[in-house]
Amino acid sequence: MILIVDMNDKRYPLASLEFVQTIFYITSKIEISHSVHYSEMNLEIAIAYERIILSGNGLKDGGFRTHLKDFQWMEKYERPILGICAGMQAIGLVFGSSLAKCEEFGMMDIRTIKKNPLFSLAFAAYELHTHAVNPSEYFEPLALSENCIQAIKHKERDIYGVLFHPEVRNREIIEKFLQI
Amino acid sequence: MGTVKLGVLFSGGKDSSLALLKSIEREEVVCLISILSKNSESYMFHTPNIHLTQMQADSMGIPLIQKETEGIESIELSDLRDAVEKARDVYGIEGIVSGAIESVYQAERIQRICHRLDLFCFNPLWKKNQEELLQELVANRFKIIISGIFAYPLNESWLGREIDRKVIDELIIIKQKYGISPSGEGGEIETTTLDASFFKKRIEVVEYEIEYERNAGVFLIEKARLVEK
Repeated sequence: MILIVDMNDKRYPLASLEFVQTIFYITSKIEISHSVHYSEMNLEIAIAYERIILSGNGLKDGGFRTHLKDFQWMEKYERPILGICAGMQAIGLVFGSSLAKCEEFGMMDIRTIKKNPLFSLAFAAYELHTHAVNPSEYFEPLALSENCIQAIKHKERDIYGVLFHPEVRNREIIEKFLQI
Repeated sequence: MGTVKLGVLFSGGKDSSLALLKSIEREEVVCLISILSKNSESYMFHTPNIHLTQMQADSMGIPLIQKETEGIESIELSDLRDAVEKARDVYGIEGIVSGAIESVYQAERIQRICHRLDLFCFNPLWKKNQEELLQELVANRFKIIISGIFAYPLNESWLGREIDRKVIDELIIIKQKYGISPSGEGGEIETTTLDASFFKKRIEVVEYEIEYERNAGVFLIEKARLVEK
């Protein structure tokens, strides 16, 4: 079973259709998928699932950044996690990284710099963000655009973050994550 | 239920009508925005019967901002930005809703405009399965007709047909055989909404004209009126 964590502020329910439902379209064809809002998440809920995906959110919505306590379950959850855009930012912040301004909109060229099970070589991906992650020592970068780090992996765990949106273009990245 | 004041980009067809329904269900829609492109090849805004948006807005009781554009790629985006800016200044919108489904070209440009104007941007139909989208329209009792067809094997007989389960089944067969998109986001089909749950009155077509040549044609509504429901 897959759990998708909704990273959108509850005040903007339309955004969940855009950032959570779109992941659902992909995962629910492969495995039973549920979603939960990040503010309702805890370790007890997390361990009921084999894999967890943290969604992206709207450009103007940085609400989760002031609620990092809601993501502490990640420290003890031992199975694979994939964070997309805001989800990657949350993963980074929970494990001591910082955010840096980096605006990218639309299709960008991405270059893989470290072998990994999700993607390889160069590809184009859809971007929608104002900030990137400056990873802490817990992470290794996996891919770059000309402007910022595009993907990271936790050095000791199956925790991945991608700044681009694989649910829009490159949906096979999500399918591959389901096989890790 | 949220409380964000929204302007919905509205072309009068099925996608923007469904995006509008989802917006009304979740937030406060304070105005509609329509761009009238003079360029029939416009990347962003071309649709037959765009002139009907005023009557559609009247039937919903929601104010409409209309903006004409020559439809030249760079200018039509600044025209859209002007219309969105006007909606912000006149109706105090805090965000924009689009009916974008698949086009990263369209989505990126609307996102950029919203970012520049510090507005929220919502795309509630984003990546939605096209067959499900059509089914959802029927389930929600929209009355929508096909007002443009632009791909083989669609022909004149499709123009003016109401989208119902039979039409959806036929479109799915055509998709399987010819690979064209059943909901027409690739521009194969254009549609016009005549009634929906949030219309206070329905639109009745009084006079129309069909223009058709070799698997491309439009159903142009020349005269219509609002009728009590």
